[in-house]
Amino acid sequence: MAIDKFLIEASHIMMFARSVGDDNPVYYDEGYKSVSGCEGIIAPPTFAQSSAQFDPNYFLRPKIGGEGWFGSGKEATGAKPAKSEKGSVSGGGAAAGLHAEQHFEYHLPLKAGDILSATTKPGNTWEKESKRAGKLKFSESVTEYRNQNGDLVITATGVGVQTERPVDS
Amino acid sequence: MLKENQIKIGDTYSEVLVQDLKRTQIVQYAGASGDYNPLHTDEVFTKEIAGYPSVFAHGMLTMGMTGRMVTNYVGDGTLTKYSVRFTSQVWPGDTLEGKTTVRDIREEKGVKLVDIDLVTTNQDGVAVITGSATAKIAS
Repeated sequence: MAIDKFLIEASHIMMFARSVGDDNPVYYDEGYKSVSGCEGIIAPPTFAQSSAQFDPNYFLRPKIGGEGWFGSGKEATGAKPAKSEKGSVSGGGAAAGLHAEQHFEYHLPLKAGDILSATTKPGNTWEKESKRAGKLKFSESVTEYRNQNGDLVITATGVGVQTERPVDS
Repeated sequence: MLKENQIKIGDTYSEVLVQDLKRTQIVQYAGASGDYNPLHTDEVFTKEIAGYPSVFAHGMLTMGMTGRMVTNYVGDGTLTKYSVRFTSQVWPGDTLEGKTTVRDIREEKGVKLVDIDLVTTNQDGVAVITGSATAKIAS
């Protein structure tokens, strides 16, 4: 995955903060000065995840027109699950991909007005047996987010898991 | 921002992150984050095709809500690291509580830091995420 332009926008930050139930003014009021000295609108710690909006081929967003989407319409599903760029199948039945771990390293503050680019590289892969979901296949991906000056802002490491069957709850 | 003389190892902080999680909040997160996986928003697909009892929250929604507790504790814009492992699914109707514990207070390259461990549990006391974070502190 590569994202050329991830615009860090105030309204997007406001919507994201609302969705995680965070009403801290530092995420919507540009005149707010927080006790830790932040000025202007900053992004919440997990905001980089929303870079998916700026990935033109993101496989967990329906294509315009809905063609090939694996969610329900008239039928419970009308399509085969889309393949991600890494070639792993996500969503769609018992082989659904789930999120196992997420790590963020913050190198610089992320503020409204910044323009990031992102590149993702595959990391380690490993397998494990589990009682709750059968064989688990883990795979890691490392995304580096850089700002308009080319400086590293955030390193995000995600670990996904493909389960043999739905997880027992 | 926390001050070094205000904290000590073993200090805890906790917040209720959400009560009776609504499906609509999961939809809000899908829209904001751009992750439209139907496992989180499409009850028909999730029950009939994926084989789960209902839709469930994005792990990243729980990490986001837990992040709110973390920044409320350590201050805005002070985090240098934030890591979690997703240990159990979060379902509509769940009530979540997050808790942090100070593990270490240290200095690295002249910067004072606090390391905290964190866990978010549901109404049955089951951990849904566990993790850690590091933040800058003032001396």
